[in-house]
Amino acid sequence: MISLLLLSWEFFKTGLFAVGGGLATLPFLYDMSAKTGWFSLEDISNMVAISESTPGPLGINMATYVGYSSFSLPGALIAPLSLVIPSIVIIVIVAGILEKFKESKLVKDIFSGLRPASTAMIAAAGLSVAKIALLHLENCSGISALSDLSLASILDVLNIKAIILAIVVYVAIKKFNRHPIFYIMLSAVIGIVFKF
Amino acid sequence: MKELIDLFFTFARIGGFTFGGGYAMLPMLQREVVESRHWATEDELADYYAIGQCTPGIIAVNTATFIGYRLRGIVGGIVATLGVISPSIVIITIISAFISNFSDLPIVAHAFGGIRACVCVLIFNAVIKLGKKALNSPIAIAIFIVVLGLTLFIPSISPIILVVCAGIFGVVQGKIRPQGSVDAVSLNTADVSDATVSDATDVSDATDVSDAADVSDATDVSDATDVSDATDKKGGAK
Repeated sequence: MISLLLLSWEFFKTGLFAVGGGLATLPFLYDMSAKTGWFSLEDISNMVAISESTPGPLGINMATYVGYSSFSLPGALIAPLSLVIPSIVIIVIVAGILEKFKESKLVKDIFSGLRPASTAMIAAAGLSVAKIALLHLENCSGISALSDLSLASILDVLNIKAIILAIVVYVAIKKFNRHPIFYIMLSAVIGIVFKF
Repeated sequence: MKELIDLFFTFARIGGFTFGGGYAMLPMLQREVVESRHWATEDELADYYAIGQCTPGIIAVNTATFIGYRLRGIVGGIVATLGVISPSIVIITIISAFISNFSDLPIVAHAFGGIRACVCVLIFNAVIKLGKKALNSPIAIAIFIVVLGLTLFIPSISPIILVVCAGIFGVVQGKIRPQGSVDAVSLNTADVSDATVSDATDVSDATDVSDAADVSDATDVSDATDVSDATDKKGGAK
């Protein structure tokens, strides 16, 4: 019981201080591992692998995994719930304030600057996914000088199958505009069938 | 009550199909929250993401809380958040209880190879939709380019700094140029650039409409053509 309270407290702190998405919770997990011994550093890399290969927000996946592996079902519920409590409180306060001053010129001006910045950060995240999904970066090491650049070496770096799939998905979105889930399921099936 | 249930399951669906962090939620939010249910506008989504970036906690959760709160107050915020996290809790619990080497399974790795390729296209498409609204002036385009460059080339830079600076820049720009000048017809030569800007946004709006019209035309026949399309894809991917 005491350790469940401690688990809740640790994840509450993580939710309160980790700013900027799921991977920002990693330093907190390292700290937790050193302090409590609930899981090892190796467990953390397993957690990241599993969290990245399952749907859902990364931070929630990691909290559930830590909670389950340390305290089974009660832990799997308490860790993610503790993680989101600070978010809920803070966002409710921020949203309440914004609602009140929505028509003020200051708030409108702030958002006219924030929107392009926010769009840029999402674009950057998309590019980092594209780098992993569409390129074989491990084959880059062979190219050390400009003279190494041949057609074959460039083709080695490109993940041709994934690029073709990406183009097909893009054309399909433009043509049919179906629900994103449809394209995700289809791509998973294509990935399995053609061994991506 | 019915709306709360709808809120829960909408966010559960989004949480259950978000592969690759909070940003990958955007295409689904655009579809479910903006286009189908009109719970928020495209611009408001960009705002929620900006706020979710610089407040503590997970971006996906922050965005869900925001939309839920705007719709149904505090209860709405809690329900949307519980919705978005519940698939994770169920899936991860099952995996850690029964499958010891889940991420090493070949079938999982192959599926994710395909999903990742799809997700980057979905995000790309979502960014274009967002950009059509958010990048409506030369200054907005400049902010976009600077922030994109900084995020790509200095990965260690904190999103908080970027968001705060962009907000300050927005205020300064608002002080220099009084609001409403974009719409106002003025003989002032300085406003000529504004006029071209509003023309440009008009054009993008117009293309938006025609896109939407194309789509609705296409969806009517999509069921029939989808099957052939899917087989095309398999052939193409070979």
